[in-house]
Amino acid sequence: MSIPTEYVLALSAVLFSLGVIGVLVRRNALVVFMSVELMLNSANLAFIAFARAYQSLSGQVFVFFTITVAAAEVAVGLALIVAIFRSKHSIDVDQMSSLKG
Amino acid sequence: MFLANGAGGGLFGLAPLIILFPVVGLFTNILFGRRRGERFVGLVASLAVALSFGVAVTQLIALLGQPEGARVIVADWIAIGSLSVPWAIQVDSLSVTMMLMVSGVSTLIHIYATGYMHADVRLQGDPARYTRFFVYFNLFVAAMMVLVTGDSFLTLFVGWEGVGLCSYLLIGFWYEKGAGGIGNAVAGKKAFITNRIGDFGFLVAMFLAYWAFGSLQFEEVFQRAEEMGPAGAGVLTAITLFLLLGATGKSAQIPLYVWLPDAMAGPTPVSALIHAATMVTAGIYMIARNHVLFGLAPASANVVALVGAATALWAASIAVGQYDIKKVLAYSTISQLGFMIAAAGLGAYVAAMFHLVTHAFFKALLFLSAGSVIQGVERGHHHAADHAPPSAGHAGEALDPNDMRQMGGLRNRMPKTFVVYVVGALALAGIPPLAGFFSKDEILAEAAHLQPAVYILLTSAAFLTAFYIGRQIWMVFFGEPRSEAAAHAQESPAVMTIPLMALALLAFFGGALNLPRVHSLGRWLAHTLGEVEAGEFRLEVAALSTALALLGIGLAWILYARRPLARGADDPLRRVLGPLFAGMERKWGVDEAYNFLFIQRYVDLSRWLGDVIEARFWHDWFHDSVLGRGYGAATRWLSEGFDLPVIDGAANGLASLTRAAADRLRIVQTGYVRTYALSLLIGVVAVLGYLLLR
Amino acid sequence: MSVDLILFFTLAAIAVITAVGMLASRNAVYSTLLLVLNFVTVAVLYLVLNAAFIAMVQVTVYAGAIMVLFLFVVMLLGSEQLPPSTRLRWQIPLAVVLGLLLLGEALYAVFSLRGSSLEAPEVAAAFGSPSSVGLFLFRSYLLPVEVASILLLVAMLGAIVLTRVERRKAK
Repeated sequence: MSIPTEYVLALSAVLFSLGVIGVLVRRNALVVFMSVELMLNSANLAFIAFARAYQSLSGQVFVFFTITVAAAEVAVGLALIVAIFRSKHSIDVDQMSSLKG
Repeated sequence: MFLANGAGGGLFGLAPLIILFPVVGLFTNILFGRRRGERFVGLVASLAVALSFGVAVTQLIALLGQPEGARVIVADWIAIGSLSVPWAIQVDSLSVTMMLMVSGVSTLIHIYATGYMHADVRLQGDPARYTRFFVYFNLFVAAMMVLVTGDSFLTLFVGWEGVGLCSYLLIGFWYEKGAGGIGNAVAGKKAFITNRIGDFGFLVAMFLAYWAFGSLQFEEVFQRAEEMGPAGAGVLTAITLFLLLGATGKSAQIPLYVWLPDAMAGPTPVSALIHAATMVTAGIYMIARNHVLFGLAPASANVVALVGAATALWAASIAVGQYDIKKVLAYSTISQLGFMIAAAGLGAYVAAMFHLVTHAFFKALLFLSAGSVIQGVERGHHHAADHAPPSAGHAGEALDPNDMRQMGGLRNRMPKTFVVYVVGALALAGIPPLAGFFSKDEILAEAAHLQPAVYILLTSAAFLTAFYIGRQIWMVFFGEPRSEAAAHAQESPAVMTIPLMALALLAFFGGALNLPRVHSLGRWLAHTLGEVEAGEFRLEVAALSTALALLGIGLAWILYARRPLARGADDPLRRVLGPLFAGMERKWGVDEAYNFLFIQRYVDLSRWLGDVIEARFWHDWFHDSVLGRGYGAATRWLSEGFDLPVIDGAANGLASLTRAAADRLRIVQTGYVRTYALSLLIGVVAVLGYLLLR
Repeated sequence: MSVDLILFFTLAAIAVITAVGMLASRNAVYSTLLLVLNFVTVAVLYLVLNAAFIAMVQVTVYAGAIMVLFLFVVMLLGSEQLPPSTRLRWQIPLAVVLGLLLLGEALYAVFSLRGSSLEAPEVAAAFGSPSSVGLFLFRSYLLPVEVASILLLVAMLGAIVLTRVERRKAK
């Protein structure tokens, strides 16, 4: 398969940017979280591309770990969101501004 | 006159003992006296002085073999730079004369005092004070010995001050008694302060001597003064005049005599020893010792003679108007001291020393006899009170045991005292062949020869002397008793009368010391005083003085004994002399004048200083206004002007600045997560852009 | 234009479209499902890129487990429509601008700064197979595997604790 690595990287960059925009624009905490997952995913894609480019399986192994960490993070993060929802009764991130100075 | 340094004989080496024995005596009494009782105390004290007399005799013996004398160095005392004053004893005829007289008379008076004080402490109500008396008495003898044996101005001055201290201690012996509960203490204070003025004169003389002659030792000073000759006339006059001031203080002359009559507040042995025989003679001794200087300053010598003569007449006139038996004797002492000072001023040092010695004998005798009389009357008072009918109270008769107006007829009640008193009185009046005649007459002869003015004053004083002592004899011992106490008076015990008799013998035969033509004392003293004029015996002078003395006694007889005084009657002399007598009685107002001129002015000054300067100016104004308010203003400025605005301002300002900054910065903390993420993204973009575009 | 490229661009397009859809969708459930689709697309892309094992892991773990969890929570909490916000209106255009900036920088970095030639390399057929990955994993990266397992344990505990405290408080 002769897909130039740059194109894959470009796709990764696009997805990352979209994820960033999602974090900044959306107010639904869950959607924000999902955008973060999108960003992680795009990083994984870049890893895979480089793994193929440098003929090194380290990249793929790293993706493996990234997915693991993402799983853990999601578990805890969603638990947090549920806990916050219980007190605030809202998942609007703009509502969670108690740290306002 | 160069004195050999103790090479004349080992006896000279005993000289320091003359001071040591009384010191040992007084310390023994301090340590053991209270426990061992009165007999022990009296014995130790008298023995110490008797041993001193023994040492004086040995010095006499040594001196007979070596008449120029010797100088015995006891210890190194002061050695600073060019000033060298060792503590040395000068043993020469003058000092040995004084040593013998002082220790001899002191021994007799100590023995007398053991008896007198035994009664006195019981009369005054404090038997425990017996020991203290003899400690002070011995201390006095030690100090007097230091005075007469000193070979330098400074050593003499140590003794001078020492006797002054003992005088103060002994005058105020009964310090809680006297007028108003402090009378005796006030008398002691008066003596001390008046003496201080004299001491000031002595000190200035010492400073001048050191400044002019570079030394304080007699021999060196005299040598250098003679070498200086006429060039030093000014400083010599100054020195001698200041020495005279010192002498007027210690020997109670005009103007500083006022302390001596008040000093009669002390017990009678004190009056006899200190204020008749020894301490008051220190001034005359000091002038005799400095005869070289006075010889080189004839102007001062004239002043000395006139002061002495004037004092003699002045004091004699006051003595005529006194009722207190001891006051009469006190003024008599002042008057006789005036005789001696006048003689010294005239240059008749031998006459002065001769009269000093004889006067010591008969004046001590008179004082001790007066003490005997006083105690006899006191005993009579208690005796009368005990045997009085129950209706008469003990305080029915207010008794002043010293008042002659309440005595009378005591010759029958106290015969021994009467006899010795008459001997003393005749000696004082100058009736031949008693001692006083020879010594007083020699002075009068010298005065007639050298200074007629002085002669006239002294002769007048001699007349008054005979009159007042006669008055005293007639009033006290003749006539009828004018009080119950006198009627029941009792003779004194043997321990008192025996010394009186010894003194009477000395007063009777003391003239043998310096009989005219023989001049034993004169030749003896010539070794120290240089060539002295052997005063010739002038019959007209002697006859005139004897006649005046008899006249005086006779006049007194007419007034006081021909028609004996009645009880409570006034002095007949008042009718005769009128206002003159009032003046005599009131001592010519000298004490009052001094009080008004000096003492009250001093009190006013100190009160003004205290009130105005110290309190109102210093405390109220300066401390409160200047210091207080100034300090308050300064602190207020510091706190309000500096601390609050500047320091607090800085601290507060810093805080407000921080708060303002924080307020501004707080805006960044919006609390929105999205904003935080946005700032993150901005940072990432910026850094990435920078890195890529670099 | 080879088949691979066409395949790549197709997959890329789907990925981007689903991503955009996820962002734009007002309904959280739609967002979740679109994201699942995205992940699956990316998994296929992995397959194309010789990462077969990873692709399967992506599908089973990421898309299958994680996103399902997401879906659970979305169903539980967040399917309500949030009212439009009046605050931080300015942030949306700014974020878009910045995101595009970031994209621009990244693309610049990718296409301009080439060190060595990155033409499509020839890879072995077994590259990325489970066996090769597994061997590599358990030989060279054993410690990280263990650490990862502990991490998962901690995460699990954390999730339990976080939600449990709430219950106690409720009592």
